[in-house]
Amino acid sequence: MVFLVFVLYPVAYGFWLARDPQTYVRLFDDPIFPRSVVNTLAFLIVGINLKMMVALALSGFLVQTRAWIRWLSLLFILPWAVPSIPTILSFRFMLNPEWGIINSVIFKLTGDDGPNWLNDPTLALSLAVMVHIWKSLPFWTLILIAGRLAIPGEIYEAAAVDGAAKWQSFRYITWPSMQTLYLTCTIISMIWTLGDFNSVYLLTGGGPADLTHVLATLGIRYLRLDAVDLSMAAIVCALPLVLPLVFFMMKRLSK
Amino acid sequence: MKLSLRGVATEARLLLIGIPLLLWTMLPIYHLFLFAISPKDSAFAGNLWPDHPTLRNFAVVFGEQHYYLSHFWRQLFNSLVIALAVGAITLLVAAAAAFAISRLKVKGGRTVMNLALFTYFIPAAFLAVPMYRTMGIYGLLNSQWALIWAMVTIAAPYAIWVLKQASDKLPYELDEAAVIDGASPLQLFRLVYVPLIMPSLVAVGTYAILLAWNEYLYAFLLLSKDTDVTLAVGLGNFLAADDSPWELLMATGLIYALPPAAIYYAFKRYMVAGLTAGAVKG
Repeated sequence: MVFLVFVLYPVAYGFWLARDPQTYVRLFDDPIFPRSVVNTLAFLIVGINLKMMVALALSGFLVQTRAWIRWLSLLFILPWAVPSIPTILSFRFMLNPEWGIINSVIFKLTGDDGPNWLNDPTLALSLAVMVHIWKSLPFWTLILIAGRLAIPGEIYEAAAVDGAAKWQSFRYITWPSMQTLYLTCTIISMIWTLGDFNSVYLLTGGGPADLTHVLATLGIRYLRLDAVDLSMAAIVCALPLVLPLVFFMMKRLSK
Repeated sequence: MKLSLRGVATEARLLLIGIPLLLWTMLPIYHLFLFAISPKDSAFAGNLWPDHPTLRNFAVVFGEQHYYLSHFWRQLFNSLVIALAVGAITLLVAAAAAFAISRLKVKGGRTVMNLALFTYFIPAAFLAVPMYRTMGIYGLLNSQWALIWAMVTIAAPYAIWVLKQASDKLPYELDEAAVIDGASPLQLFRLVYVPLIMPSLVAVGTYAILLAWNEYLYAFLLLSKDTDVTLAVGLGNFLAADDSPWELLMATGLIYALPPAAIYYAFKRYMVAGLTAGAVKG
């Protein structure tokens, strides 16, 4: 019942709002739209690969049983455990060109003014990707750690007895047993990254000059401009990317 | 004690990863904390530790002595009530749904499960606009119920899925025994099912509460009055002007961030187990 009222109806209604082909013409005419699509793809490709590779490497680091690494891994979870608004705003202030801590440090060290971080579209988008990684890295590392811990330790011991080097035991033991998990994580993370509204909106607000929007924030931008049909059309345009991934995941999980 | 050169080298290499990792993780959080305890004028000095650390910012926040903070307690209370309501309703809906699908094997259970998974994977930011319009049609806009129901809708699919996984593992003999003893489905639910899946219920409830507490997008779309919004929106409102009092924003942000972090660490065992069990299986 809840789903019917709060999911099916809104989705159907959303499609109905975006039914007019004329809307799409207007959407494609808006120069912000293609820019957002490119931004979204860049965000996805760079963000996810970087994040997942670092997470894979870090999971190998954090499974070590030293006491100080245990403590570090407790702290390492913080970005994920803490709500994103205060921390993203903290990032935003760090990056403020006039008073932010980063530029004051640059000024102290070199005597030069630092770059105007959030005023350059490419730089601002890269920073949004960075914030996104900062926020979601702990979660995926945690999942991959669980994956690593599921591999029986005897295999590594046997390999070590046989004289396998570190990278060999990674290549022939760790990676084959984690491959599926890694792929699953990449796909889920892709879906969620597509919907990451906070990292972009709270850091750059889509600016400068609306050049750092992604599809998730573009919908809200049109809503603010009172163009609900455009807003829905923008979301519908994301669906060809989202739906195959969603169906793939559903097949995996409903087994 | 013998100190092998090799051991030192390994340790050094580990530290070489560990220290940057610590800095990367803590920098924004430390920055947040630093601002929160800095007096207004020295906050921008760029020092690693303020010359005169102060708790005055918190006093200003608690006393609602700034324009942006004029409804601080009200918004904190809103956040709390909405989070708790979302947690309770999600638990109720999800436990009932999982029980019906997994134990009573009602018809259409699979369809509901698939629909739930589907909703879980569609990013919430994409559902926001249709949800906003629909709430308008239901006449719920600017009512806190709109936010509560929206968050339940977002939290419930994952909750149902986790609870179904957990309840599939329970032996059916238990149900059969209870039914032979004359238990009605409702008694079965209350006396057998709920106690057995308690750990999962704790995990799911915590998940829903945190989700609702942390939500920004839906809160700022669905609510507008200053006395209705949650603290998350209150924080976002600081962005309205360039000359916002950062030190107050950071102090408020710290207060806002503490409960979820505390809850997370308190329930860490449940949370991590629930999350990873789900993900590793796939």
